[in-house]
Amino acid sequence: MTETRRAEQAPLIEADIVVVGAGPAGLAAAQAAAGQGARVLLLDAAPAAGGQIWRARQGVAVAAVAQALAALAHSGVRVLAGARVVMPLPDRVLLVDGPHGAQRVRWARLILALGARERLLPFPGWTLPGVFGAGGLQALVKGGWPIAGQRVVVAGSGPLLLAAAATLRKEGAQVVALVEEAPTTVLAGFAGVLLRHPAKALAALRLAAGLRGVPVLAGRRVIEAAGDGRVERVVLAATAADARGERAEIACDALAAGWGLLPQTELGEALGCALAPRHGERAIVVDDRQRSSVAGVFAVGECTGVAGVRAAGLQGGVAGRVAAADLARVGEGEGASPAPAVARALAREAAFAAAVARSFPVPARWAERLRDDTLVCRCEDVAWSDVRQCADLRSAKLATRCGMGHCQGRLCHAGLSASLGWARLPARPPAMPVALSTFLAAADHAAAQAGADDGAGAPPVDVPAPGAAAAFPGAAGAAAVTVAGSAAGAPVPVAPTPARAD
Amino acid sequence: MTQEQAAIGAVESLCQEVGQQLSLRVDGRALTVCEGTLVAAALAIADPRRGARVAPGGARRLPFCGMGVCGECRVTIDGRPHRLGCQVLCADGMEIRSDD
Repeated sequence: MTETRRAEQAPLIEADIVVVGAGPAGLAAAQAAAGQGARVLLLDAAPAAGGQIWRARQGVAVAAVAQALAALAHSGVRVLAGARVVMPLPDRVLLVDGPHGAQRVRWARLILALGARERLLPFPGWTLPGVFGAGGLQALVKGGWPIAGQRVVVAGSGPLLLAAAATLRKEGAQVVALVEEAPTTVLAGFAGVLLRHPAKALAALRLAAGLRGVPVLAGRRVIEAAGDGRVERVVLAATAADARGERAEIACDALAAGWGLLPQTELGEALGCALAPRHGERAIVVDDRQRSSVAGVFAVGECTGVAGVRAAGLQGGVAGRVAAADLARVGEGEGASPAPAVARALAREAAFAAAVARSFPVPARWAERLRDDTLVCRCEDVAWSDVRQCADLRSAKLATRCGMGHCQGRLCHAGLSASLGWARLPARPPAMPVALSTFLAAADHAAAQAGADDGAGAPPVDVPAPGAAAAFPGAAGAAAVTVAGSAAGAPVPVAPTPARAD
Repeated sequence: MTQEQAAIGAVESLCQEVGQQLSLRVDGRALTVCEGTLVAAALAIADPRRGARVAPGGARRLPFCGMGVCGECRVTIDGRPHRLGCQVLCADGMEIRSDD
């Protein structure tokens, strides 16, 4: 070894099947794969399993997650919580920013269960303290965010608003209005769809029962959040552009606003997986066995198209079985194909997902809702007037830093797409800003690979048992510098951007 | 009874429902929260108006997306900067700083 080598290689964990994401899809995939005898490692960036929909309330796991984790522990699946995948490395290895710093994870088959994030769109006042995503505030409240007694407006579009409002009310918030952009005619049509899906109709009725007495304003939208230093009121108008706009103000302490969900595809893109529109948004393309376009890489759940928790679980089961059979070299037989009943159930879920996408589309002509000084990029404080002059996203990044902050365009792109129709730039690693020390582990890995199996790499290590990895010891030697993808498509340099003080 | 004592009393009764109490420090001030509380939530419990991050334009922001995307909840936890407060659970003895 040369003296330029840094102290030690990041620890390497090896598994037959690595599942990224411990929501309903990932949990099902891990269970199915382990059931076939594969050595499975399940990773999630969050401190606990469950994903967004099965999020624990104040640390108490929902029953489905507790059961799944018990089953996983029984079948020897290793679970690593608080572990965010930074980027793929050569030779089927992922670089992971784990609870104890950089780790490397080697996979023989990889199952991506990356989930979805909320579509959060800009409007005047959306950066005021007290304005949240709808699912965002729901998640924070489940994590102990104080909401009891506060007046909350829930607004935007889509069925998620009902769930968010129900949680907020249960935790003691006063939901003063639920503002849905879709008009009552569309909601009536959607109710007709629900009748063909009794289980979903029942769930909707349960949520509605929990919201009795909450004013529901359909065909309305929030045009502004206003207040002195924090949100104190929201201004509403009719959604339809041609409607005579009588405006209304509602006093509130918080606004929770979201417009449906977006598949999280970044890691799939970094691996080279093909994407295509599904249920209204770009998603990872899979075949009927959940195989992506990249050999050995599967994708399941919302990252393959937002279709809900039941579809996620079914797809996870399919992928887990196929991946394990594939590994045992029996995968090309009929046994690995999804059972006809599963295929039929998935088709039903897809039909429902398509109806949701049709009923609650991304609002048209979003640009008309923005003012010159509305910040479209929260990370870098870039105003609408600066961005709309630019020809495309690449020039906007170069000229304004829009999309170059912490979120790496994840948040602002939804607004830019809705208002300007801009396509996203290809995702480039690292997917999120990481400590320089973690990033350097990628260079070490490459050097070790070049060193051709000289045995210099750190030996594989065992990972903590399920539920263990929640503590984060101080990171000795972790550099405070963060790195992120550069603007112009050049290879990612080690330190392209000065560290921000925030 | 001061406001602070009242708040601690409220936390104690809540923790009896849901689990263990944790003692930590937020910007140097002692705070008690229940097990299962996110760091982002601890900041709000300590001071509902304080928030976490200061944007480049100087405005203070509160957590926004709640799921590790937007980065508005970034704080220093046990000396390690740029941690996402909405992705980390509070632990006993934790030192959270939003002011550096």
